[in-house]
Amino acid sequence: MDTAVTAKKKWWGGGYSPFNVSYGKLMMWYFLMSDTFTFGALLISYGTIRFMSTSWPDPNSVFRAFPLMGEAHMPLVFVSLMTFILIMSSVTMVLAVHAGHHKNQKDVAKWLTWTIVGGIAFLSCQAWEWTHLFHEGAWWGRNPFLNVDGTVASTNFTNFFFTITGFHGLHVTSGVVLNIIILANVLKGTYENRGHYEMVEKVGLYWHFVDLVWVFVFTCFYLL
Amino acid sequence: MEHTHTIVGHEQNEHGDATTRTIWKTFWILLCVTIVEVSLAFLYLETDFPNRIILNSIFIGLTIVKAFFIVAEFMHLRHEIKNLILTILIPLMLFVWFIIAFLADGDSWRNMRKDLSPGKPHQELPAVHAEEGHH
Repeated sequence: MDTAVTAKKKWWGGGYSPFNVSYGKLMMWYFLMSDTFTFGALLISYGTIRFMSTSWPDPNSVFRAFPLMGEAHMPLVFVSLMTFILIMSSVTMVLAVHAGHHKNQKDVAKWLTWTIVGGIAFLSCQAWEWTHLFHEGAWWGRNPFLNVDGTVASTNFTNFFFTITGFHGLHVTSGVVLNIIILANVLKGTYENRGHYEMVEKVGLYWHFVDLVWVFVFTCFYLL
Repeated sequence: MEHTHTIVGHEQNEHGDATTRTIWKTFWILLCVTIVEVSLAFLYLETDFPNRIILNSIFIGLTIVKAFFIVAEFMHLRHEIKNLILTILIPLMLFVWFIIAFLADGDSWRNMRKDLSPGKPHQELPAVHAEEGHH
């Protein structure tokens, strides 16, 4: 169907965006693409270092704790919860965008609020995980965990973990801040007066990107 | 989690339109794929069953499936016109090269370190020796 439309309409003839989106949305897409390369560079350098290491710590014995569960061995459980929270907040974000299409101010505000709650919940989880690892002696330049084969591990493991999850957490933080600003504008009626809720869509794109990056971080650090 | 489920039910009853249904369908796909990933990881922990290489390939494959659904449905890229889809996806092809090149580089680095580590017999590596002359 898309091709049919493209063939009929001269998209590159001038007079309208050849991408059929507003300038702001297109630039958000290009910004996210550049951010993809930043995260890609970080994750690929992590992969390179992992490939050049003769052994590496086992994620299941490092990330095994759960809040209030003491020394219980629960690999993957906490990070699955974090993943669930982030996917859920992505869903509430699409619902906010969807409500925006129907110019339903109340619903946009409701779903944006849930998205902000989800973002803060995710950040709290990450803060707990970092604090826990810090108390176990892990930090940039310090790695208490042994390799799978029992040898002493280099600090590459912790350096990459804290840098990449930290950079992702920074993105979540700025996403939450953006969502709060947009929510304030929704409640003030800024977009109601403007006649459209496109700002919600742009911030939504950013928020989904943060979720997208987490999908890769989850695989690279916790599963592989 | 229980609370969330009741919200789901309400939403579908109140505005049961196609978009909302697609959103929730995408959510369930993402959730199920994640559950499959975690179950496979536990299966491996308990039984050592899927070979590590097969397991990792499945993980990477499922990650790409999840990425597809987030970008296509949540970010709405599937419903944009072809021009926009291509202007986003074509530059990302560079990643194919990045990943192959850098991981291969890391691998060869490891082999060199292993082969040149102290105590290893030297005659095994005539080629590397010849290159060492240039340094």
